Formats: sequence, C-alpha cells, structure tokens
Amino acid sequence: MQPPVLVCRDLRKSYGELRAVDGVSFSVAQGETYGLLGPNGAGKTTTISMIVGILARDAGEVIVDGEPLTPSRVKVKSRIGYVPQELALYPDLNGRENLRFFARLYGLTGQQVNRRTDQALEIVGLADRAGDLVKEYSGGMKRRLNIAAGLLHDPKLLVLDEPTAGVDPQSRNAILESVERLAGEGIAVLYTTHYMEEAERLCDRVGIIDLGQLRAEGTRRELVSLIGERDRVSLDAAGDLARAQAAAAAVPGVQTAEAGDGRIELLVEEASTALPSILTAVSGTGVTVRSVTVSEPNLEAVFLHLTGKALRD
Amino acid sequence: MRTALVIAGKDLRQRLRDRSFFLFALALPLGLAVIFSLVLGDLDGESEVFRYGVVDEDGGELAGTFTDQFLPAVASSGVIDVEPVESVPAGRQRVDDGELAAVFVVPAGFSDAVQSGQPVTIEVIGDVDATFGVQVAQALADSYLADVASVRLAVAAAAASGSTTDPAVLAERAVAVPNPLPLVEDPARSRALDSTTYFSAGMAVFFLFFTVQFGVSSLLEERATGTMARLLAAPIRPVGILVGKLLTSFAVGVLAMGLLVAATSLLLGASWGDPVGVAVLVVSGVLAATGVMALVASLANTTEQAGSWQSIIAVVMGALGGAFFPVGQAGGLMSTLSYVTPHRWFLQGLADLSGGGGLGAVWLPALVMFGFAAVTGGIAILRGPKLVRV
Repeated sequence: MQPPVLVCRDLRKSYGELRAVDGVSFSVAQGETYGLLGPNGAGKTTTISMIVGILARDAGEVIVDGEPLTPSRVKVKSRIGYVPQELALYPDLNGRENLRFFARLYGLTGQQVNRRTDQALEIVGLADRAGDLVKEYSGGMKRRLNIAAGLLHDPKLLVLDEPTAGVDPQSRNAILESVERLAGEGIAVLYTTHYMEEAERLCDRVGIIDLGQLRAEGTRRELVSLIGERDRVSLDAAGDLARAQAAAAAVPGVQTAEAGDGRIELLVEEASTALPSILTAVSGTGVTVRSVTVSEPNLEAVFLHLTGKALRD
Repeated sequence: MRTALVIAGKDLRQRLRDRSFFLFALALPLGLAVIFSLVLGDLDGESEVFRYGVVDEDGGELAGTFTDQFLPAVASSGVIDVEPVESVPAGRQRVDDGELAAVFVVPAGFSDAVQSGQPVTIEVIGDVDATFGVQVAQALADSYLADVASVRLAVAAAAASGSTTDPAVLAERAVAVPNPLPLVEDPARSRALDSTTYFSAGMAVFFLFFTVQFGVSSLLEERATGTMARLLAAPIRPVGILVGKLLTSFAVGVLAMGLLVAATSLLLGASWGDPVGVAVLVVSGVLAATGVMALVASLANTTEQAGSWQSIIAVVMGALGGAFFPVGQAGGLMSTLSYVTPHRWFLQGLADLSGGGGLGAVWLPALVMFGFAAVTGGIAILRGPKLVRV
C-alpha cells in the first residue's frame, strides 16, 4: 500500500443548525482513485471544498502529502489539482489563455507555463482548439478544459467534483478515460459523483456519503459483502434442468439454485471464481447451456441498503 | 504582488476585449463633451461676449454711475457688451428677439432712494434661453447694489459720528476712497476652465466612475461564474485577489483618462493644463473613483446589485460634483455639497491648473481625492473577506 497523499480526519462543517459535513474521515493513497458517492446535497461538495481550502472547516484536519493544510500554509495547495463542479473558466479568453492564467497562479513561470499548458491540452484532447474562445466550446469541451486547468501544475492529488455533470455520453467517456489514465500514472484521485456507474468504473475504493456522514467505505466487493448481497448467475439451458440445478447447487460458493422456464438461477458468493465450476457441473449432467448472464450486486443496492433511498432521489 | 499582477493582467485582457470598455471610457465621454460644448459653450476656445441693454428711467447722478461708469468698466474687460435702450418695452422686445441676453432697468427714483436710505433695486429682464448671460447680468446688478449699500453705510457712519459735511459730498468721498485691501490676482484661483475643457473634464471624470466599476465588481462575477473557487484553491492569499482587482480598476481608469485627455486635446482643443499637474489629478481621481466603487461593490451581494448601486452613485455624485454643469457657480447648499464628491475636487484642481499653476496649485484637490481613496478603499479592503469567498 502506497503512503496516503490525502488524509482527512473528522471534518465538520455546519450552516446554522444544518450539519453539512459531520465527522468525515478518509484517506487516499498515491495512485488510488477514491470515490465519494452520494446524492445531491449529501455533503460531497462541502467536503471537497474544505479539502482544497476554499471553505473554512469548523473542525477536523486535512493533510496533503504529509503537510497539514491551514489558511496560513497556502503553499500546500500547490500539491492539489482542483476541478470544481461548475465550469471555472473565462468564456472571453481562449483555451490556452485560460490555462496560462491558471498556470501562473500556481507559480509556474516562463517556459514552464507553455510546456505544461501544451501537455494539459494534449491530455484532454483540446490542443487543436486551444486558440478558440471558450464561449465557442461545446459543453463537453468546456468540461475537458476544466479538468486540464486542474492538471497544469502536476499535482499529487487531483480532486474532481462531479466532472461529468451535464455532458453528453461521448464527452463523459472521454473524461473518464482521462481520469483512468491519470490514475494509472500514479496520481491520487478524489472523485465525487452521484453516478453509480462512474464510481464502479473508476474507483478503487468508494466512500458512501449521505446527510454529511460517511456511512461506509471500501472496495466495491467489500461494500457489497457488507450488506450480504451476492452475485446472480442466470443460465439459459435445455435438458434436464432439475438435475442440472442439483449439480450446480453442489458447487462451492453457490448459495441457492432454482430451475424453471428454461433457466437456472443461482446466487453465488463470487461469480468470477465459481463460474467455471458451475458450467462444468451443469454440462456434466447433459444439459446444454445456451447463454450465461452474470449480475453483480451494484453500489446502488448498497446505497439503498445503507440509506434507505436511491442515489438519485 | 505577483498574484495581484497576474490577476490584473488577466482582467485587463478581458476588459480590453470588451467593447463596452471603449464605449464608456472613450466614445460616450468624448461624444457628450462635444455635444455639451456645442450646446452650452463654444468650441473655438474664445469666451462668449454677453450683449446687454440698459434703460435709465431715473436719469439721476447715481443711476449714471451705474450706466456710465460701472457697466462700461466691466465691458472694457471684453466679457460683456452694453448699449443704452430707450424704454423697457423696447428692451423686452430685443430680449425676446434674442438680440440681447438681458436688459438692466434702473427705475425712476433710484438716485433719490439711495440718498434717502430707501431700498433700491435694479431690475434685470432676461432671455430664458441665455441662462448664463442672465446669471451674469444679475450678478453685476447685485454687485453694484452691494457697492451702493457700502457707500450708504459709510455715509451713515460719518453722520453718526457728528460730521457736518453734506451727505452727498460724503458719498462722493466714500466712492472715491481706494479699497484698503488691494485685490491681487491669484492666477490659480481667478481662472476658470473654458467650456470645452470643462465639459471634457466633466464627462471624463463622470464616466471614470463607470469605467472603474469592472475591477472590484468582477469579484462578484467570479463568484457567480464559479471561477472564484479555482482562484481560492490556488496557492495564493485571498488579499492578493482583492489587490489584483483594485489594480485592474486603477489601470483601466488611468488608461481611460489618458485616452480622453489626449483625445479631447487633439480633437476638441481642450486645454488641460500642466501635464504633471494633470497626471497628479488623474492618478488621485482614479484612486478616489476606484475606492468609492470598491466600497459600493463590497456592500452588494450580486453583480447586478453592484452595477445598479454603482450607477446610481456615479450619476448622483457626477451631477452633484459638477460634471454636467458648474454647481460651484450656483452657490449655496449645492456648492457646499459638491465638495463631498471627488468630481468637484478634480474639476477644481483642473480649474486651478488652467490659471497657470503647476503642482503647487493641485496639492489640495489631490490630497482630498487621496483621502477619498484611502477611506473608501480602506473600508472596501476591510470588507474583503466578504467579497473574496465562494
């Protein structure tokens, strides 16, 4: 396990009587993508805002790359790349001018500014449109430039606050690919979303947040096992299904097996491990398997179980 | 300071791409200066000569002093031109025809009334379209009547002290006594701006308050558009952001004023005066405008609110400070109130400069405007944390 790039301890923030963030603690290691998953209003953006230092916290501690982030230690912020939920860009400047401005704000000078600007534009695939005014960009292009602005200073921690909000599927995919590539290069990523699919695709670990509290965290598998959910395997088969059902039920890891209407339905602890044995056992009974469908329990189910409501409520 | 310069550089780039900057900073003030000068003044730089008539219904000695000595003495300065008119109806007709700006009427019994201590008046019949000319005529009549009152006071004082000399002789002597306080011309105070320069400067300082709005108001815009979050997430101190915005206002203001001084000088023939003195006034005026607008912006919650409040303040202060008309000449409360605006001090400083003064003539207006900047800008900076936040 790599040392943590980000450590948050007991973060708290209230607005009057409302506890927006109530004792949130987690850490993100180098090269790890950590997702904060929760519905709108759960406290994700408030948590992020305290981590990047744009919102004063009532209590708690933020440590970035081993150094505490306090109002008097602004230099620590240079290790964080921040991609806010809103498009934090100047529409009347072109893409390159936007990036050059933010690069200078982060202390880059001279050739560093040009080099890093070009690199960031390449990463998000906007090098050929760098001279166009941002107000002429599509929504997806603006989102990508928004991400590029967070990468200019080569941060150790990249914080993305719902970076795919309101973009078309193609742009969303391009953004997710960029994040995957960055994580692959060793950068620590903190990613907030209310899209379960994004959290499952990108995140090594996920923190489920609701009503300002971190309700659970772990890998997807850990979270799923936490609530006792199992993988579902469905076999479309022909032949003596009752015999095949008995054979499948005897395979280690299979919890339940039911047959009927040309199908055998199984609940399995871990489908990826047990599936070869299940297919061997079923085929051994002379039953022909026409197709196999594996459904793994998702984070939506975990969220529903933990909070009693759907992610997009 | 580096942060402030980076932010100011970005803001200036944005501002100079915005056509409204050139509209407010150059086109509107220049256009309005031309219009005001054409309507209310002369563009060739020569002073207007007011044409007056005078009707002497009294025919006495003291009426003659007014018609034959006082008015001709003023006319010799080239400011007015006076001719006798035979009757009040004839004078009124010539005023109505626009031939004369005003007619003085010395009523019958004027001289006797003066000598017997009765109240006296000199009537002024004015052209409604020649406001300045009528004001000048009224001021001349008032001035003469004030002199008459002084003489009567001197005669009365002599009589009360037991003098046996004929009062008429005493009056003649009183008139003849030279003023014990010699009037020494102070070039810096006795000169006024010609109309072209006045309206050029008035419009420049009026629109300056609109031009500098952009700087601090853009903090509210950065908040509204989300870019403030990115600024605050950068490894910089929040005060650097605020200083950057103030610097933008200052730079934009100086640029706009510089362009206007050059444009009005070249295109309209405005005479701004000693360049160093003008530079001091421009810098102090821009600082004062920046401070006032920053303070107003710091009290607002949204860009729209700030824009509305700033426009109101700019218009009210401009009107009160004499950007449209010389409120100082109106006297009374208006004149006094005008001193609470930087506009009045800026125009006062330019008027002092036009008298041939240099830096020494503008130190007071500049100091007052620096004071405006320090107080209003200081409060705005103290309110900085309210502005520099998400």
